[in-house]
Amino acid sequence: MSFINYSSREINCKIVYYGPGLCGKTTNLQYIYNKTNPETKGKLISLSTETDRTLFFDFLPLSLGEIRGFKTRFHLYTVPGQVFYDASRKLILKGVDGVVFVADSQVERMEANIESLDNLRINLKEQGYDLDKIPFVMQYNKRDLPNAVPVEELRKVLNPRNVTERQAVAPTGVGVFDTLKDVAKLVLTELKKGGQ
Amino acid sequence: MASQLVMYEEEFHRINAVCDRLTKDANAKVVFLVDKNGQLISAAGQTHNIDTTSLASLTAGNVAAMGGLAKLIGENEFPNQFHEGAKDSLYMTLVGGRVVLVVIFDNRTSLGLVRLRIKKASDELEKIFAALTARASVPGAGSPFAEISDADIDNLFSE
Ligand SMILES: Nc1nc2c(ncn2[C@@H]2O[C@H](COP(=O)(O)OP(=O)(O)OP(=O)(O)O)[C@@H](O)[C@H]2O)c(=O)[nH]1
Ligand SMILES: [Mg+2]
Repeated sequence: MSFINYSSREINCKIVYYGPGLCGKTTNLQYIYNKTNPETKGKLISLSTETDRTLFFDFLPLSLGEIRGFKTRFHLYTVPGQVFYDASRKLILKGVDGVVFVADSQVERMEANIESLDNLRINLKEQGYDLDKIPFVMQYNKRDLPNAVPVEELRKVLNPRNVTERQAVAPTGVGVFDTLKDVAKLVLTELKKGGQ
Repeated sequence: MASQLVMYEEEFHRINAVCDRLTKDANAKVVFLVDKNGQLISAAGQTHNIDTTSLASLTAGNVAAMGGLAKLIGENEFPNQFHEGAKDSLYMTLVGGRVVLVVIFDNRTSLGLVRLRIKKASDELEKIFAALTARASVPGAGSPFAEISDADIDNLFSE
């Protein structure tokens, strides 16, 4: 649910990074945080366990610039990927404008990817959203690993609808900003539709 | 899908005025108004050394978690939360089920006074938000983004 303020001429949108445990959601946000100018970003907040697993969420506010005199702000969130944190994931999806699914390309994580994607669809539905209708980008992460499944195979299983997809290596930033731009564009395009 | 929150000049000024007045009447340090999804709507008082964006997001996370807990035990919400610190304390109140009023105060005031003033402010805010909702449902009250072009969106990303 975007927030448009005519008085301060701002528009705020919420983007959620979803995916199985250890797929690289937090790493995406950390890379974005490290590579953006101080004046365009706020603090990166990570509510995590002592072993650096996301406990509730990571949060990063970003300003992307102006459109027609409106400042565009994006609030990026990650969910905790571990299966038993499902209640928290549901809460974070509230008011979402766009979703990035970060898939772990490793062959042994295929099942976890499928499970997490199913879980995303169900949790969105509970909030009244349809995964097939909201702005949605698929990121195949960990492309650098030797046990990475070929992209064609990932696509067959995780992206049969052929939504926008990106290959990524989050720690070095490969595909990270492209993914963000893709989803931000889809969100803005959706807003434009909503105004008609 | 939840309808988007749209804020207009007139209501925005009224909301800011309520938050300003609450800061003074309750003798509080800071007053924040945060949308349940974590967007900051208004801030009044000594906000200069507080990271307001982070505060808004964590407030929303907290309210969402407490709301989840409430449902687990058969309550609908916990509409009020009070957290007492060594120096500063924090009071949160849900307004109209949609926004959260956060008051930060110290020992120059009292919990009783803060509670009393919050009650009054939240009644006023509830009316303003009801007016906003009514306004947003008027046909033609579209987003300013109806007129943006694909080129406008592309421009945002060309550096
Ligand atoms: N080789 C490689 N390692 C990666 C990649 N992306 C993330 N990692 C590593 O994977 C581990 C987990 O990454 P996180 O970003 O914490 O994973 P997460 O998805 O946030 O996990 P949860 O918080 O538990 O849901 C870290 O050690 C990262 O450095 C990648 O593209 N390639
Ligand atoms: Mg994480």
